[in-house]
Amino acid sequence: MEKQELKGKEIKLMKGNEALAEAAIRAGLDAYFGYPITPQSEVMEYLTEQIPVRRGLVLQAESEVASINMIYGAAGAGARVMTSSSSPGMSLMQEGISYIASAQLPCLLVNVMRGGPGLGTIQPSQGDYFQAVKGGGHGDYKLFTLAPSTVQEMVDFVFEGFRMAEKYRNPALILADGALGQMMEKVELPAEGEFPHVIPDWATTGKKAGRKQNVITSLFIQPEKMEQINIDLQAKYKAMESEVKSESINTEDADVILVAFGLVARICMKAAELAREKGIKVGVIRPITLFPFPTEVLNTTADRVKKFLVVEMNAGQMVEDVRLSINGKADVQFYGRMGGMIPDPEEILTKLESMMK
Amino acid sequence: MEQFLINPDCMVYDNHPVTLTGEPYHYCPGCGHGVIHKVLMEVVRDLGIQEEVIGVAPVGCSVFAYHYMNVDMQEAAHGRASAVATAIKRVRPQNYVFSYQGDGDLAAIGTAETIHTVNRGENILMVFVNNAIYGMTGGQMAPTSLLGMKTSTSPYGRDAASMGNPIKITELLAQLPGAYYVARHAVHTPNAVRKLSKAFKNAFEYQKLNRGTCFIEVVSNCPSGWKMSPVQSIDWIEKNMLPMFPLGDIKVPDPKTGNPVMVKNN
Ligand SMILES: Cc1ncc(C[n+]2csc(CCOP(=O)(O)OP(=O)(O)O)c2C)c(N)n1
Ligand code: SF4
Ligand SMILES: [Mg+2]
Repeated sequence: MEKQELKGKEIKLMKGNEALAEAAIRAGLDAYFGYPITPQSEVMEYLTEQIPVRRGLVLQAESEVASINMIYGAAGAGARVMTSSSSPGMSLMQEGISYIASAQLPCLLVNVMRGGPGLGTIQPSQGDYFQAVKGGGHGDYKLFTLAPSTVQEMVDFVFEGFRMAEKYRNPALILADGALGQMMEKVELPAEGEFPHVIPDWATTGKKAGRKQNVITSLFIQPEKMEQINIDLQAKYKAMESEVKSESINTEDADVILVAFGLVARICMKAAELAREKGIKVGVIRPITLFPFPTEVLNTTADRVKKFLVVEMNAGQMVEDVRLSINGKADVQFYGRMGGMIPDPEEILTKLESMMK
Repeated sequence: MEQFLINPDCMVYDNHPVTLTGEPYHYCPGCGHGVIHKVLMEVVRDLGIQEEVIGVAPVGCSVFAYHYMNVDMQEAAHGRASAVATAIKRVRPQNYVFSYQGDGDLAAIGTAETIHTVNRGENILMVFVNNAIYGMTGGQMAPTSLLGMKTSTSPYGRDAASMGNPIKITELLAQLPGAYYVARHAVHTPNAVRKLSKAFKNAFEYQKLNRGTCFIEVVSNCPSGWKMSPVQSIDWIEKNMLPMFPLGDIKVPDPKTGNPVMVKNN
């Protein structure tokens, strides 16, 4: 097929999943491996349409088990690679993700979450927070985890995800939800071809004369060696903490702080507005990176503000990290909807009002 | 006194090709894995493709294949070697890619990846080492364990009614249009080793044609898992393994058309 020219900067109205896929091509994606699952199938559909006439390769695997192991192989061979899935598919990938983290391979993973447990529902959820930031698979490892709240961030975090993955030789994860994947918003797309990728010297590209063989492995059978690998990994995760990102809105004069990530943070911003109209001074803290977690911001804010309300689309997952961050300095309450239900600003307001009584 | 009774070329133990690292094998005495590694790497040397080869090791006794094979390698999760190899070949089509897997890895936990890799006709060489047992984990029943065979998880012998029959995955895969060259070989005699070497050579040469997957089963032994001496295990291959897993080509490219055709009587 005839290849199109590289695309310039553009402003478009796009669905979250398609914007993410378009961003991946513009970020110089070499290969995508995936398996269809609602509510993110548009990512692969978009890529299978675009890639043949643009650049890179896309392959529909026989399962998420296969696709994550293809990510391992391609990343190990030095390619810039991505996969995407939704909750049940991510569960299936966890073994592979653990191997990728241990072998220290850069790649971008995307989870457009849906309600669980089990086959659950195809409606949006944040039920995979624990899976994303507490390991998910076996062993001590971390994913650099980004939580977009707009379609624009679905685009921006593709670039940021690759940047972090390659800087730290670590998998990065975009943790979105079904609503973000499906909704349409205006996005600014960066120009294509301006985010170069060099094949790392550790990649398996064929053992050239004069260099030692390159090996990609997660097997270090001597416990002394395996412990050292763990120590090195932990040092890397510590170094990643410098990349922490969060957004604080109207927290200076606030009497109560809403803490939420992703789409829920936007609903909280609306709830905060409604509350202020009623005379309750509400601020919002939105963790943008979930790992590393914005512990510092939360902790220092709790020096002054004594009430926090964490809102999530799950039974209370991030709230545990908020409590650890605040470490008893303030009262941390939780409000959540589960199973694919989205909280509306009014119900958050009601909860705020009851807290301020 | 005559110093060299043995022709130096016939000295197996110090005749390492440059494509082997020279690190001593961790395999049990008499195990087929070491021989298969050596045959494969000799072919890589003879073809002069060491710089272009990328291998994928399995989970199984040969998990450390990269300690011995002096080429770039990746170690895959249990059963996923062909998915890993698929991706390597897709992003680096200019390289030669092979996977190396045991029966548990390829024909049990990794069956889906195996079938779909061949079905897509990935241009790789898949080496399948069938020793009819899970060597690494201590001799449990494998998908290819023979009927009546005693293993640590079939202590009364494999029984078809409750444990299924040994799977002939190689014949199964040969049916797929993506399979270009399919053969079963062994390493129990010098003659068998020579034939295996030729098959590996064919497979790497076919890989250049981009016509599909080359799949070579190697009937091997596991003296430790089979609870036999190496010599007994060779007899056991002849008597028990080969009737179930007959050696020879199963699917080969037609010399005239280059299209893969099933070999009759197989
Ligand atoms: C997910 C997973 N399940 C189980 C194991 C344990 N395990 C390691 S090797 C192996 C079987 C290997 O047998 P085979 O593939 O026949 O190789 P062999 O050792 O006989 O060469 C098993 C079950 C594992 N490593 N990973
Ligand atoms: S256990 Fe069996 S397959 Fe493994 S090294 Fe020993 S003889 Fe070989
Ligand atoms: Mg085996």
